[in-house]
Amino acid sequence: MTTGAAFDVNKVRGDFPLLKQQVNGNPLIYLDNGATSQKPQSVIDAIVRYYTTTNSNVHRGVHTLSQLATEDYEGARAKIRKFINAGEDREIIFTRNTTEGINLVAHSYARHNVGPGDDIIVSNMEHHSNIVPWQMLCEEKGANLRVVPIDDTGELLMDEYEKMLGPRTKLVSITHVSNALGTILPAAKIVQMAHAHGAAVLLDGAQAVPHMPVDMKELDCDFYAFSGHKLFGPTGIGILYGKAEFLEAMPPFMGGGDMIKSVTFEKTIYNDLPYKFEAGTPDIAGAIALGAAVDYVSNLGFDQITAHEEELLRYGTEALSSIAGVKLIGTAAHKAGILSFVMDKAHPHDIGTILDEQGIAIRTGHHCAQPVMQRFQIPATARASLAFYNTKEDIDALVKGIDRVLEVFS
Amino acid sequence: MSGLSELYQEILLEHNSKPHNFRKVEEASQTAEGFNPLCGDQITLYLKIVDGVIDDVGFQGVGCAISRASASMMTQSIKGQSIERAHEIFGAFHHMITEPGGELDLDTLGDLETLSGVNEYPTRIKCAILAWHTMKSALTGEADQITTE
Repeated sequence: MTTGAAFDVNKVRGDFPLLKQQVNGNPLIYLDNGATSQKPQSVIDAIVRYYTTTNSNVHRGVHTLSQLATEDYEGARAKIRKFINAGEDREIIFTRNTTEGINLVAHSYARHNVGPGDDIIVSNMEHHSNIVPWQMLCEEKGANLRVVPIDDTGELLMDEYEKMLGPRTKLVSITHVSNALGTILPAAKIVQMAHAHGAAVLLDGAQAVPHMPVDMKELDCDFYAFSGHKLFGPTGIGILYGKAEFLEAMPPFMGGGDMIKSVTFEKTIYNDLPYKFEAGTPDIAGAIALGAAVDYVSNLGFDQITAHEEELLRYGTEALSSIAGVKLIGTAAHKAGILSFVMDKAHPHDIGTILDEQGIAIRTGHHCAQPVMQRFQIPATARASLAFYNTKEDIDALVKGIDRVLEVFS
Repeated sequence: MSGLSELYQEILLEHNSKPHNFRKVEEASQTAEGFNPLCGDQITLYLKIVDGVIDDVGFQGVGCAISRASASMMTQSIKGQSIERAHEIFGAFHHMITEPGGELDLDTLGDLETLSGVNEYPTRIKCAILAWHTMKSALTGEADQITTE
């Protein structure tokens, strides 16, 4: 597989062993990529290789295996730096997931830069993980959480955002792609506007990195958080990118081993970046395997991935829109791989159960984004979320599955 | 597809589209809220208890077909029953839903047996049981709001 070669979805599917299985007597149709993605064999192999050949602790031993493990671990960091076009490796912090990255910024940055009466801005379409840490911090500091509204299609109201920005705005923390609606937000513009008011910006990239190239230099955000498992890597590993000047000035998030230079009971000197933020033994296998995932995605190339997914999304949008009794939630002009919908006669959970019976995996519920459900005055949606290994046949199966739902609830 | 037709039986779908006692009971002596945070199902249950007997019962809220039908059928089964009997019905229902293959107390369950198919769907048990835990909480007054998480 080389960049530029024609995109052969069947060949790509062959790289994902899990996709070959049957569920409830039917071939698996996996449309829950927004929750987590499947892993290519190369990622699985990276984990096996680490545990069978180089398992050892990093940054410690003088012995050979420890050196090899450290090289692979740091090699993964370099791959991820390149993948998101960050300036330096030390700006890449390994975390557990997006949630941990956001909490790191809340505890280490915002706690020391947000005071009584200050504003933190989020949007109406955030995941709970980009709401609750800020509510906790605002409560602690006497600060205000401001929420940028969205329109009926799921677009951010940029005028309202503009009006909210002011001298009290200390932090803007906004999603790059909405997990419940699929909206791609104008992230670079959002960052630029916040910076004009001297506010720092954190972007939640969990749903963006699997679908489009993200470029830290172009976005110019101060922090960017994402999870490995939605990017075809393992669970338990994630990334927080932070501009070096910010990370340098921030105190550590957690104390422990690896994050120190020297410890005495009188004084402890913290380690340099990125280790200052990586206390304790990290998920070494996870980091290395995430490096393999990034290799896999980079080899496919976003030119091909984006073109394929856009075509799928167009096909899926058209197919679902043409079914009477089905309503799409989230119809923004720029969307990434998400088809969230409700049906007149069936509740999302009933839809989910009936589809599952046919081997079709989707997510149902509020998608950890209750405020966006409230915005659309619905308790839940059914959400089909795409990855590059999905096909038009998967969409056809979904449509057939929905027909079955209509049959049951006729 | 047999599991599915077992689950979504005609009678369940009927209760879903036209739930019984789907109303507020103005003279309720007990009210309780049930909430399933995972899926957003929400129910408010109203009980009017006179001399130890459930004289009237109603519910309101939003939820999937299984939670709605279960709530509707529950109100039918406990209306006019003593509190003690309502607890017995709860016990029989709980046993049916959570212990697949167990013996069913058909005399106590009556039509509720229609919901037995749910025990093959572990992810849906919470939907079926929500109204019932809410009823128990209303009867015992242990909590204002219960959750099935």
